[in-house]
Amino acid sequence: MDLIGDAGPAREALLTMWTIRRFEEAVDDLFARGLMHGTMHLSIGQEAVPVGACLALSEGDYITSTHRGHGHCIARGARLDEMMAELLAKETGYCRGRGGSMHIADVATGNLGANGIVAGGVPIAAGAGLAVRMRGGQEVVVSFFGDGAVNEGAWHEGVNLAAIWDLPVVFVCENNHYGMSMSVSRAFRVKQLSERATAYGIPGVTVDGNDPQAVHDAVADAVARARAGEGPTLVEATTYRWKGHSKSDKNLYRTREEIEQWRERDPIARFEQRVANTLGEQEIQACRNEARERVRAAIRAANAAPDASADSLTEAVYAK
Amino acid sequence: MTAAAEQTRTLTYAEAVREALAQAMTADERVFLLGEDVGTYGGAFGVTGDLVHRFGEERIRDTPISELGIVGAAVGAALAGMRPVVEIQFSDFTAQAMDQIVNQAAKIHFMLGGAATVPMVLRAPTGSGTGAAAQHSQSLEAWFAHVPGLKVVMPATPADAKTLLLAAIDDPNPVIVLEHKLLYKQSGPVPEAATPARLGEAAVRRTGADLTIVATGVMVSRALEAAEQLAADGIDVSVIDPRTLKPLDAQPIVDDVIRTGRALLVQEAPKTAGFMAEIAATIGESPAFGHLRAPIARLCGLDVPIPYAPQLERAAVPQAGDIVRAATDLVRRW
Ligand SMILES: Cc1ncc(C[n+]2csc(CCOP(=O)(O)OP(=O)(O)O)c2C)c(N)n1
Repeated sequence: MDLIGDAGPAREALLTMWTIRRFEEAVDDLFARGLMHGTMHLSIGQEAVPVGACLALSEGDYITSTHRGHGHCIARGARLDEMMAELLAKETGYCRGRGGSMHIADVATGNLGANGIVAGGVPIAAGAGLAVRMRGGQEVVVSFFGDGAVNEGAWHEGVNLAAIWDLPVVFVCENNHYGMSMSVSRAFRVKQLSERATAYGIPGVTVDGNDPQAVHDAVADAVARARAGEGPTLVEATTYRWKGHSKSDKNLYRTREEIEQWRERDPIARFEQRVANTLGEQEIQACRNEARERVRAAIRAANAAPDASADSLTEAVYAK
Repeated sequence: MTAAAEQTRTLTYAEAVREALAQAMTADERVFLLGEDVGTYGGAFGVTGDLVHRFGEERIRDTPISELGIVGAAVGAALAGMRPVVEIQFSDFTAQAMDQIVNQAAKIHFMLGGAATVPMVLRAPTGSGTGAAAQHSQSLEAWFAHVPGLKVVMPATPADAKTLLLAAIDDPNPVIVLEHKLLYKQSGPVPEAATPARLGEAAVRRTGADLTIVATGVMVSRALEAAEQLAADGIDVSVIDPRTLKPLDAQPIVDDVIRTGRALLVQEAPKTAGFMAEIAATIGESPAFGHLRAPIARLCGLDVPIPYAPQLERAAVPQAGDIVRAATDLVRRW
């Protein structure tokens, strides 16, 4: 898929990246004003990864997501109203107020769930891939996780199972250089995380995670392999999170200059430059406006919705 | 007690923990910390703060995100003569490390016929109230209390946060210290001296004639708040905080129930198979049984995962008002 020269995909990629950015800025603002509860992990600066990866997927495919999952959720087609309603603790939210940011799942779009446990989604993705395999389906599973996840036992076990059984899973590492304050240079010896693939006998590639086209191409290749029954691939997309890890972060472990350098490589601004000829300034502005309007509408709808009610709290603990 | 031990200042619970860590590391060079983001970041809840600047990166050791590896490394270090203190960012993530905690740390001393000890401490923030939802808000103390070989501590005040942690570090066994995350910012008097408390000694926080309330963790302060309201309504209650669930100091509870004839047991964790079931059975098996004027009552979290929305989260675990209602009901009906 040509995201640069082809107006349809270019517009979709740009609109989705802006929607993620605006959604998270709105969430950041609601938080700062004390209107949102809990904690929040923003992926501002990383928008190209979910957008590039999800554009390589088809209907029926699955994803697993992380604590930093708004982008994955939106890129896979979740409804903003229900997302915002969930974050604002409303009955109309995806999880009726039980999940919040870290547990949003949207089964309709194949999103098997955000996850509050680092690497928690990795063996789940392997299991989803196994299910696809066992029922002879053609679907593929994309498992998103951060650079921090690759040292969890769950990660190794999940990747290994997918590898030995040739499961249709694409492991997408959003290497944003930090697992909270632990930098990649302190957390492992390999230069590139994609080298880890070797240990499991699967292909691994590293791509520029601030370039949706590069992410898309790598994931599309991996998806093709997976659909052909050739098993999993590890795709490492290098990127950067501009904001702190969560609300408790004082940013003591990195420098202002470093953040500034990465902000200059803003995936959205860069992409706008590259698609300037394809879309034209007017269309680009239209994408920005549409994204802002969609997010505003979601906030309005969520604010108007009833609060989640404790009356039914003990229901749905067990399936009936 | 010496004069020095009585000398107190006001510190927050988090500062009290940090002071205990600093004093233990100063006193014994075998003591060191390991955990995710305990260094420059200062700990997920700010507990370790500036310790890395005082003790260096060797002893305030940042680890990759790998709980099983971290606890495993602590077990090995403890076996080899060190005194590791592990921070697990949320007690929920001990699930990742359960093999090391349950099958290794807790059993090695026994399995080796006493030939080796595992003197390690695992600290972890526990409980609900921050909107962090189901995977970051659990109260798992009953899991650990069930495993022979582990000790389990739940400090409810800044002073206890310090003195019980010092005791845990001194202890030759693996000790799980569950710090409630809503308490970190609360302040109170904390002794200056590095004098450890005794593990297995309950605190009688208040004595009353009508009812014995036993509460753990953040429920201790809620029970005390409820006790004030109850007193205004003419109901006079005791509040007992076991402080260490294992070893459990049951005698003060039994003695108090013998006096009051009624027991209300309050925990944040879900009711089924929770720790208060153990306290209820302990009372039932004791001489206090014959003095009971009312059935033993439990007020616990609902048997649900902790939800996200603030109104649902509050509804899922006992609040001070719930304690007032349960206590009033118990005293008025019986
Ligand atoms: C098992 C587990 N350990 C620790 C945490 C606390 N925690 C939440 S996110 C995070 C950092 C994760 O880093 P990474 O996987 O690189 O993802 P990123 O936050 O960079 O997107 C940590 C330590 C957790 N949620 N789960």
